[in-house]
Amino acid sequence: MDTTIREYQDSWEAEIKSKLEDKFSGKIEVTKTETRRVYAKVLDKADIKDICKFVQDDLSFEHINCLCGVDYPAENKMQVIYEIDNYTFYRGVILELEVDVPYDDLHIETVSDIWGGANWHERETWELFGIVFDHHPRLERLLTPDTYEFFPMRKSYKLREDKR
Amino acid sequence: MTDEKKTQIPDAQAIAEGAEVTKEMVQEYTSQNMDMDKMWITMGPQHPFSHGLWTLKIQADGEIVTDADPIVGYLHRGWEKEAENRTYPKIIPMADRLCYASSMMYTHLYCMTCEKALGIEIPEKTKYIRVMADEINRLQSHLMWLAAVGTDLGNFTAFLWASREREFWMDMNVRLCGARMTTNYPRIGGVRNDVFDIDLDMNDEEKSRFMRDIVRCCDHFDKALWDIIALIDNNSTFISRMVGTGIITREQCANLGITGPAMRGTGVDFDVRRDDPYDGYDLVDFDVPVLSAGDSYARYMIRVEEMFQATRIIRQCVDKIRSLGRSAPYRLKVPSRIPAGKTYCRIEDCRGEAAMYLVSDGTDRPYRLKVRSAIFVNVSSSRDLLMGCRIADVPVIMAMIDMCLGETDR
Repeated sequence: MDTTIREYQDSWEAEIKSKLEDKFSGKIEVTKTETRRVYAKVLDKADIKDICKFVQDDLSFEHINCLCGVDYPAENKMQVIYEIDNYTFYRGVILELEVDVPYDDLHIETVSDIWGGANWHERETWELFGIVFDHHPRLERLLTPDTYEFFPMRKSYKLREDKR
Repeated sequence: MTDEKKTQIPDAQAIAEGAEVTKEMVQEYTSQNMDMDKMWITMGPQHPFSHGLWTLKIQADGEIVTDADPIVGYLHRGWEKEAENRTYPKIIPMADRLCYASSMMYTHLYCMTCEKALGIEIPEKTKYIRVMADEINRLQSHLMWLAAVGTDLGNFTAFLWASREREFWMDMNVRLCGARMTTNYPRIGGVRNDVFDIDLDMNDEEKSRFMRDIVRCCDHFDKALWDIIALIDNNSTFISRMVGTGIITREQCANLGITGPAMRGTGVDFDVRRDDPYDGYDLVDFDVPVLSAGDSYARYMIRVEEMFQATRIIRQCVDKIRSLGRSAPYRLKVPSRIPAGKTYCRIEDCRGEAAMYLVSDGTDRPYRLKVRSAIFVNVSSSRDLLMGCRIADVPVIMAMIDMCLGETDR
């Protein structure tokens, strides 16, 4: 990991894009780059751990900012979004990874051993969406009571006031 | 320690058969089985240190903390689910209720996320007004934190003095938007009212009394803050409770996801306002304080220095707003539907990085709105912050996180 602090340059996004696509050709697809933002789609959820390790070790993204789930019942899948942040080498750049998790196999490998900050985000995503993070050190309910038997953030769970 | 290496004391039958038991063997056996001395202590949800409804379970070995387990969720209101069932403008007052002490920041963040999804650029004057309002909010939030630290350390005078200074900024808030706490001021595409429309000087339309008073407040505050600092810094009792407690390293901090003043207190030179500028922050001049000690005192110093920088930013904004004048626009008309897409936006909240992830589907309601709360992540690292400290230091270390349960539980 390179911890040299650098000033922002326009070429950073293209640099990150080429590094990711060289290393994981056919496994990752960089969809869009903006100023200080790189958006990428991980094609197979089995690769997420390798990609996150590479992103942390070689690209020096040392901090996970946010991790969340999105439910797409029409496409029979859910998505997990990773927002990964950099303090030094690419200071201020956010790398956004999105991974599809199909309904029939709601499992994905945990990244909480790579970034400790992902621990509670994963617990929250599990309790609200029902996406299981394999090998998570402690996958327990965090915000909702232990007796909950449903996953409230899924689109199939309707609020009483929801008239849509 | 594995079982094979443990000292075994001969049982009664072995002693009867002639086995010898020495004093050293008993002492060694007791020291190896010290686990029974550890006990779990539950602090909260009703506890003077907790500043809200949450529980901190700590495992104590005598006076030393050996493990900690924070429990949150008492205040979970299903904010994100509620937001999916509201039209975009109706979420603005809801965003106020995320955190009572930094309501302006969260409303600003929400409006900024919607603007980014719409792809619109807000007027220049609005940028300065928002930055000014944010920094007023930062001052009042930090002053409330300073008051809370005062009571946690047993320094009641600091509590009273910080609360008194906070009232000036609360009054400014009331004049700007009519409310002390839940401000409901930013709008998608601008702000609710122009700063020139309040407290008009009848002789000169271009001079607002509000702007005059806000500069006076800054002048007064820069002097008054030194009194509060002197009250804490000149007293060795408070210094000794802060220096060297709750130490974390730079690597731990980055890995655990701690952000905000706690992060800059460990030597990470990063501030969203400077390194990923939003709205008007690239147009004003300010310094980012960074200390590398990583203890409670460093976090205290960073927050105090941020308060001085906040008045510096407010002064610049007032000058810029005055030079732009009354005629400059402060709000745009925006469509009620946001085109399909995904947007991630973040700001530097008083307590760390706050962010929102918006998935829009072309209707007038968000498909998914995720809130990244700074304290949610900061409090999850309390085990690493508290390991090895004394029980008496726990309130001080946790006070430096500046708990707010509204945004943690959502």
